[in-house]
Amino acid sequence: MNSGKYAMNAETSKWIPRILILISFLFILLMLVTPLTVIMTEAFRAGLKSYWRAVSDPYALKALQLTLLAATTAVVLNTAFGLTAAWAITRFSFKGKGLITTLIDIPFAVSPIIAGLIFILTFGRLSWLHPFLSAHDLKVVFAAPGIVIVTLFVTFPFVAREIIPVLEARGTDEEQAAALMGAGLFAIFRRITFPHIRWALLYSVILCAARAIGEFGAVSVVSGHLRGKTNTLPLHVEILYNEYQFNAAFAVSSLLAFAAIGILTARNIVEFTAKKEEEGHVR
Amino acid sequence: MSPHAKKNIIPGFGLSLGLTISFISLVVLIPMLTLVFQSSALGWSGFWKTVLDPRILASFRVSFLCSFIAALINGVFGLILAWVLARYRFPGRRLIDGLIELPFALPTAVAGISLTALYSDKGWIGEPLARLGLKVAYTPVGIIVALTFITLPFVVRTVQPVLEQLDHVYEEAGRMLGASPTLIFFRVILPEIKPALLTGFALAFARALGEYGSVVFIAGNMPFKTEIAPLMIMIKLEQFNYGEATAVALVMLGASFVIMFIINSIQARSAGFV
Repeated sequence: MNSGKYAMNAETSKWIPRILILISFLFILLMLVTPLTVIMTEAFRAGLKSYWRAVSDPYALKALQLTLLAATTAVVLNTAFGLTAAWAITRFSFKGKGLITTLIDIPFAVSPIIAGLIFILTFGRLSWLHPFLSAHDLKVVFAAPGIVIVTLFVTFPFVAREIIPVLEARGTDEEQAAALMGAGLFAIFRRITFPHIRWALLYSVILCAARAIGEFGAVSVVSGHLRGKTNTLPLHVEILYNEYQFNAAFAVSSLLAFAAIGILTARNIVEFTAKKEEEGHVR
Repeated sequence: MSPHAKKNIIPGFGLSLGLTISFISLVVLIPMLTLVFQSSALGWSGFWKTVLDPRILASFRVSFLCSFIAALINGVFGLILAWVLARYRFPGRRLIDGLIELPFALPTAVAGISLTALYSDKGWIGEPLARLGLKVAYTPVGIIVALTFITLPFVVRTVQPVLEQLDHVYEEAGRMLGASPTLIFFRVILPEIKPALLTGFALAFARALGEYGSVVFIAGNMPFKTEIAPLMIMIKLEQFNYGEATAVALVMLGASFVIMFIINSIQARSAGFV
């Protein structure tokens, strides 16, 4: 009786993996592969010529420029912030550390729409900064600077969140030793700390760039929809779509989808290389 | 830490902390305080009047319900995916593993229009479903589809590493003692991955609550039916009604902070037991 039951278990457990793998494939096919395929087929439906017209349209190029500006600024400033914050938080002990880490996390907890609202309130008509801004003819909200700032906000935690655990796990012994031998701050960072965090840093920069390029809700709030002036690529897609220019909307979308595939590939290569290197160290 | 903690001689404390605090103040703290300060302009009665408005209440219901269902769907399929990726080796495994983060890499607006095209009455999936009498685009079901797409990576990526590090010894012990695979799963594996599963679920739920870009295209945005709470903030902003926009935002922020607090206590508790 007992052995019969065991044999049946072995029989069912042979089937379970197959069924689970099949479910996984179907779910990924339905949820991820078909949406990606739809973008590509819709983009090229009206032929290469109209595809080219949509992606080389002056408004699209202008939007691309602003997207790249916002993404570059976000990546550069958040990398600088992430490194300094990780250094302060993991290399020293001080009061209020918990508060600082909580504040860093806030942008992840805030809806993109609310992020946009926050910056409208901070820099818009009702703001205490408004008299100063208008006196100096500085436009932040409904202009490019607002888009850059709000992109900076939504991607704020990316680098810090990725670097802090890596440095925390390493401890401070090596840096202590180097400092004892008289090495300065930048020498310690460049020669000791940086080699340990470079993969994590690259990984976080990739994720940060992806989010910055794709951000929609927050930039939508602060853009004020001025065509050609304050559009990013995702906003340009929305405008085209709402004007029923579906082919053009999907053509521009396909650029973003190609970027997404590139980002995923880069992410996987970085992860793979880092893992391999780590295994090499252990050996 | 020992009472005689050795003196920290690593340089750069003042510089790095000073820069960190300035950065945080400029980007996060001052803007957040502005929100809190500006919200007091509306007053208590104005706040409640806005938040209890039937159309706003309906949008909260749609947001919370659809987000919950989407997180639940990802709880089930995310667990299956994490299990399959952590335990089995099969052709195509690396491809699936590499695709999981697509919803994070693909701009939400692009996801939105693509899902709308897919699930509308003329779409590849929408048409056969419509013939069966199930409308997806421009209904709450469409919102759930978009939110499921957007939050797909969370559960997989929180559960997968835990499964990879789980020792097989206990499962084997269970199997030797004659336990069925189901029993082993519920009694041996599930307790181990429960904190990660709950964290993934909560992260997905929180993200879904705030999501805007992918939903507005597929939702159809009909008052009382398919309007989500972030859209209500957007509508109030377009009317330059900043006070009421802030009131709705405060409720959503409150919900986010409660979820964040729950996630933190789940993680603190599971860390305590290890």
